[in-house]
Amino acid sequence: MFELIQKLFGREPQGSKDIAKERLRFVLVHDRVNVSPQFMEAIKDDMIKVISNYMDINETDMEISLTKTNTQVALVANIPVNRMKRGTMAGE
Amino acid sequence: MGEVIVITSGKGGVGKTTTTANLGTGFALQAKKVVLVDADIGLRNLDVVMGLENRIVYDLVDVTDGNCRLKQALIRDKRYETLYLLPAAQTRDKNAVTPDQMQQLCKELAQEFDYVIIDCPAGIEQGFKNAIAGADRAIIVTTPEVSAVRDADRIIGLLESAGKHNPKLIVNRIRPLMVKKGDMMDIDDIIEILAVDLLGVIPEDEYIVISTNRGEPAIANTTALAGIAYRNIIRRLMGENVPLMSFEVNDSLWGKFRKVLGF
Repeated sequence: MFELIQKLFGREPQGSKDIAKERLRFVLVHDRVNVSPQFMEAIKDDMIKVISNYMDINETDMEISLTKTNTQVALVANIPVNRMKRGTMAGE
Repeated sequence: MGEVIVITSGKGGVGKTTTTANLGTGFALQAKKVVLVDADIGLRNLDVVMGLENRIVYDLVDVTDGNCRLKQALIRDKRYETLYLLPAAQTRDKNAVTPDQMQQLCKELAQEFDYVIIDCPAGIEQGFKNAIAGADRAIIVTTPEVSAVRDADRIIGLLESAGKHNPKLIVNRIRPLMVKKGDMMDIDDIIEILAVDLLGVIPEDEYIVISTNRGEPAIANTTALAGIAYRNIIRRLMGENVPLMSFEVNDSLWGKFRKVLGF
C-alpha cells in the first residue's frame, strides 16, 4: 500500500541501474586482468603466510580485491591486525 | 575498394542479425552496392530476416570449398537492386572455413561492393575469429543488460588483440521509460564502462518484431522509431554528423495511473 502511494506521488525507490553499474565495474576489473577467484584465493593464502610471520591477523575478516582507478588496476588488501608478534618489532 | 564491416557481440540475442539486415538495407537505400555475409555457419538466420530464405542454392562454404563461383552464391534482394546476400551453410560446422579463406573472400567482395557487412556468430570461438578476419572495422552491438555489456567488453578486448582497433558501439533495445525510472543503464553509463565510441542507439520497438516476421528490415519504414535510429546510423557511417535521437517519454499523471493499475 505504501509503495502504491509512493508510486502515485512519484517518489519511487532508487532504481536498479546503479546496482547494475556497480556490479559491472567490479566484474570487468576482474575480467580485464583475467584473474580467477581461485587465483585471488591463492594470493590471499600466500599473503596470510607471509604476514603471519610478523603479525597475528584476523584471517576470516581479511579481504583482498581488485579495484580500478581511472588509469590503473590496484590490488587492495584489508587485513585486520590483532597484535604484533614478539621479537619482530622494529629496532629490537 | 569497398569497406568490410563486421557486426559482432559477445552475447547472443542482442540484435546482431537485425542490425546487419538493417544497415545493409540502409546502405542500399542510399544507392550503395552492398553484400551481407552470414558468417554464422551452422545456424544461418540472416536469410530469413531478409526474407530471402527460399532463394538459397549455394552458400559461403560452397564458395570457399570451390563447389561454385562466388557470383553463383550471391542472392540479389527482392526489393533493392544493389543489395546482395551470401548465406551461411547450415549443414556444416563453424570450422568449415578458415580465417585465411574469410580474408580472401572479403578482399574479393570488397572489389565489387561499396560495403561488405559480416554478421558474426555470438561467442568467442572459431566462428568469431573467422568473421572478424577480413574486417576493416567492427561494430559491436549490446543491450543495456549487465550480461550483454560484460560480454561486449570481452569482445572489445579480443578485437584489440586481433589488431582491430576503435570498434564502434550500437546500444540496442533501450527502453526510455525504464531509463527515466533509473531501472536501466543509460547510454552514458554504458559508454563510461566500455570506453568506446558510440555509433547509435536503437530504442526497443515492436515494429522490429513485425518487420522480422515479414522479412522486411525496419529501416525502410519511415515512421518506426527503430527504423529512424538505424537510418541515423547509416548517415553517421557515411560521415555525416547526426545528433542522437531524443526519446520522448510519456510520463504524464495518466500514464502513471495506467502503470500502477497495470494496463
